[in-house]
Amino acid sequence: MNERELKGLIERVKGGRLSRRGFVQRLAAVGLTAPMATQILAYSGVAMAQPKPTYKPTKRGGGGPLKVLWWQGPTLLNPHFAVGTKDQDGSRLFYEPLANWDGDGNLKPVLAASIPGREDGTLAADGKSVTWKLKQGVTWHDGKPFTADDVVFNWEYAKNPATASTTNGSYKDVKVEKVDQYTVKVIFDKPTPFWADSFVGTRGMIIPKHLFADYMGDKSRDAPTNLKPVGTGPYLFKDFKPGDMVTGVINPNYHQPNRPYFDSIEMKGGGDAVSAARAVLQTGEFDFAWNMQVEDEILLRLEKGGKGHVVISPGGNIEHIQLNSTDPSKEVDGERSSLKTKHPSLNDTAVRQAIALLIDKDSVEKHIYGRTGQATANFVNNPERFRSKTTKYEFNVDKANDLLEKAGWKKGADGIRAKDGVKLKYIFQSSINQPRQKTQAIVKQACQKAGIDIEVKAVTASVFFSSDVANPDTYTKFYCDLQMYTTTMTQPDPEVFLRQFLSNEAATKENKWQGLNITRWQNKEYDEIHKAASVELDPIKRASMLIKLNELAVNNQVVIAVVARPGVAAVNSKLVAQMSGWDNNTWDLQDWYKEA
Amino acid sequence: MSRQYLIRRLLIVVPSMLGISLLLFTVLALAPGDPFGELASNPAVPPEVRAALRAKFGLDDPVWSRYLHWLVAMLRGDWGFSFVSRMNVDTLILQRLPTTLVVIGSAQLLAIVVALPVGVLAATKPYSLFDQIANTLAFIGFSLPTFFTGLLLILVFSIHAPEWMQLPFVYRADVAGTGWRFYWEHVRQSIMPVMVLGLFQGASLVRYVRSAVLDVIRLDYVTTARSKGIGERKVIIKHVVRTALIPVVTLVALQMPIVFGGAIVTEQIFRVPGIGSLLISSILANDTPVVMGVTFVFACLVVFFNLMADLIYAWLDPRIAFR
Repeated sequence: MNERELKGLIERVKGGRLSRRGFVQRLAAVGLTAPMATQILAYSGVAMAQPKPTYKPTKRGGGGPLKVLWWQGPTLLNPHFAVGTKDQDGSRLFYEPLANWDGDGNLKPVLAASIPGREDGTLAADGKSVTWKLKQGVTWHDGKPFTADDVVFNWEYAKNPATASTTNGSYKDVKVEKVDQYTVKVIFDKPTPFWADSFVGTRGMIIPKHLFADYMGDKSRDAPTNLKPVGTGPYLFKDFKPGDMVTGVINPNYHQPNRPYFDSIEMKGGGDAVSAARAVLQTGEFDFAWNMQVEDEILLRLEKGGKGHVVISPGGNIEHIQLNSTDPSKEVDGERSSLKTKHPSLNDTAVRQAIALLIDKDSVEKHIYGRTGQATANFVNNPERFRSKTTKYEFNVDKANDLLEKAGWKKGADGIRAKDGVKLKYIFQSSINQPRQKTQAIVKQACQKAGIDIEVKAVTASVFFSSDVANPDTYTKFYCDLQMYTTTMTQPDPEVFLRQFLSNEAATKENKWQGLNITRWQNKEYDEIHKAASVELDPIKRASMLIKLNELAVNNQVVIAVVARPGVAAVNSKLVAQMSGWDNNTWDLQDWYKEA
Repeated sequence: MSRQYLIRRLLIVVPSMLGISLLLFTVLALAPGDPFGELASNPAVPPEVRAALRAKFGLDDPVWSRYLHWLVAMLRGDWGFSFVSRMNVDTLILQRLPTTLVVIGSAQLLAIVVALPVGVLAATKPYSLFDQIANTLAFIGFSLPTFFTGLLLILVFSIHAPEWMQLPFVYRADVAGTGWRFYWEHVRQSIMPVMVLGLFQGASLVRYVRSAVLDVIRLDYVTTARSKGIGERKVIIKHVVRTALIPVVTLVALQMPIVFGGAIVTEQIFRVPGIGSLLISSILANDTPVVMGVTFVFACLVVFFNLMADLIYAWLDPRIAFR
């Protein structure tokens, strides 16, 4: 899709000849995420769709207790300290952001009166600022009014490095100004096409100024409110035991009418995923369980209990195989996989293409992941109905053999192909996790048929994913030829996500292997397009650039996507809860209710 | 019992605690992982943020300086704070300790209540049918690990049992309801974890009690007592059990560490919010201060029970001298 086509599409949306959803689907088909697509529309002066309300209860409360199970319970309730999803989900019971991302990637206002847009000038034409109008009449749980001062304070709080906030990255590069009591302006130092990061979604929850003002910077840990949240959310804080239990009771003054439905909430932590699934699906002791990392076979069996069902919500998780661009066997200046080396065989396009042909994704989906992992050709993935149709994948051993033969890789006496003394022998590593080892075995078997010898290696997850500089087995060091794991696109915009293929982001000894580019792929074209895209204000040009980036990574087999892994939750059959792959599990908590 | 002995025993505790803490800290420092590891896999969090957090919490300092830092703070009564919840470690532990003590206490009580009569009865009629059955069950009991019996009980009592006798398998520290209902709910949810722990413990105790009683029952003084015409019941209770109990009491105390170990697993299975599950989640999160704190508490309890065993032994059997 080129620029002109995109402009044409947007015109059709404006003229009402193309639905918003149709537009999003078309963009998704070329590899753009749904949130990105809706932002393009916003920039072009088309307001974000307001999804149809599905909330049925006509009065607040009366729904009894809501019991949810997080098998890793929240350990803290200050959203700016949140280390993982569990902490963000727990904080969301009490705190709210200015706006949420729904499952289709649309922004939904929460503490904002409306979503900024071009038509009313709240989205600056130069892309350097965005003005948020706040909802009026919202009060904190202690009765104090919620105002622009609170929003500005959150920026000051999070950007201060001494506060040690984990949200720092979303706030340190912006400036926030109070325009009036109910208006704030976020100012960027360069044109920023993706403006909805600070104050939005998982990292956007707002904490009250009047309770945290004295605890900024070094004193941040001493704030009593860290453990007794006072927010604007649907539930008032009752009790908190880190890692075990968070409880709340209905907020009688909640700012949205008729919400919430439940009289109290109880979020229990601990245990393991399988028994959590059992407590919801089979015995019905709980209404909802998070992150069901359980084999689909077991889930299907538990669902027969009839008390609940599994809800799959597409998101940005992608299980993929990385191909090393550098030589892991040669040590240069104290590091292997050094940028100064080139991989002896993986740099051959034919070999890369052959490997891509040898990964039987359909079998991986069918026999290993089931509903919890869908085979895909794309690295950037969307809800299934939005999946790209231009990129293809194929499992074909003959074709792979052909490719290798033509490129001069001949089978030796041991059945392994070689050229100029270089053998196609690879070490393929992953973290210890049963589905991963099964996938490794499938890949190994297929490669064997094509004369490629794969040695499978499995590393304990706590080593594999650690940042331990002294350990050679971490994924960022990539001291082997192939590796497989899941990476996450939490932020609903591909620009940051696609930084992991930039040449200057390469993980090296110099940056303690903290660079994002783990495959160490070096490509000038990619770098230039990405650089241009990050400052490109014209959303249409930028979109076509990001599409190109996605294609470059996939078509050069820098990475080979295996399965897209959606969010999996166990939900009571009567509970109505919307899930979103772009926001917290509890993003929509105020709208949860039970069918009679 | 001499005071000197007590003081000496207490003094030995100090170096052993020091050794335990040093060993623990080193092992934890050598273990891979990072409390902020989860941030690493989130591309939206820049690596600098994680590096800054590590630096701020002193995770980049050399191990010995971190240990000294921890030790000095600990001596001053400051247990440090958790990296993942940013709460004080002592608060975290105190929050959960009562639950663990209640569960372990009732399990131990159950073990003794079951094991004592069964063991004594089995020993008074050795190789009878009762003895055979008790022995077999005891053997099965302590051969089955708690994680297995735990899952088995869940399967039987939470899933396949008829509705009226179903038990909850998720332990909740704050159950709804007041008065009788509150206690009833607590008892109901404690049944399975306490059974798992208590029966495991009881099974091995049965065998100890049985062999201890068997040892004593053949001694001459028992025969003398019998020949004096004292009733069998009185002989067993007053003369046999009292003597036989001396090694058993010590064993109960010495076995406490195993109970705590079993509790860690059982707490995880039933989601009992005790210090065992706190330990597991902290290890998984590489939350060094909490792991240190909890293991330190465990170590203290073990050392304490060892001391208790010695003291009780001396009190029960005055022939043992302390020098």
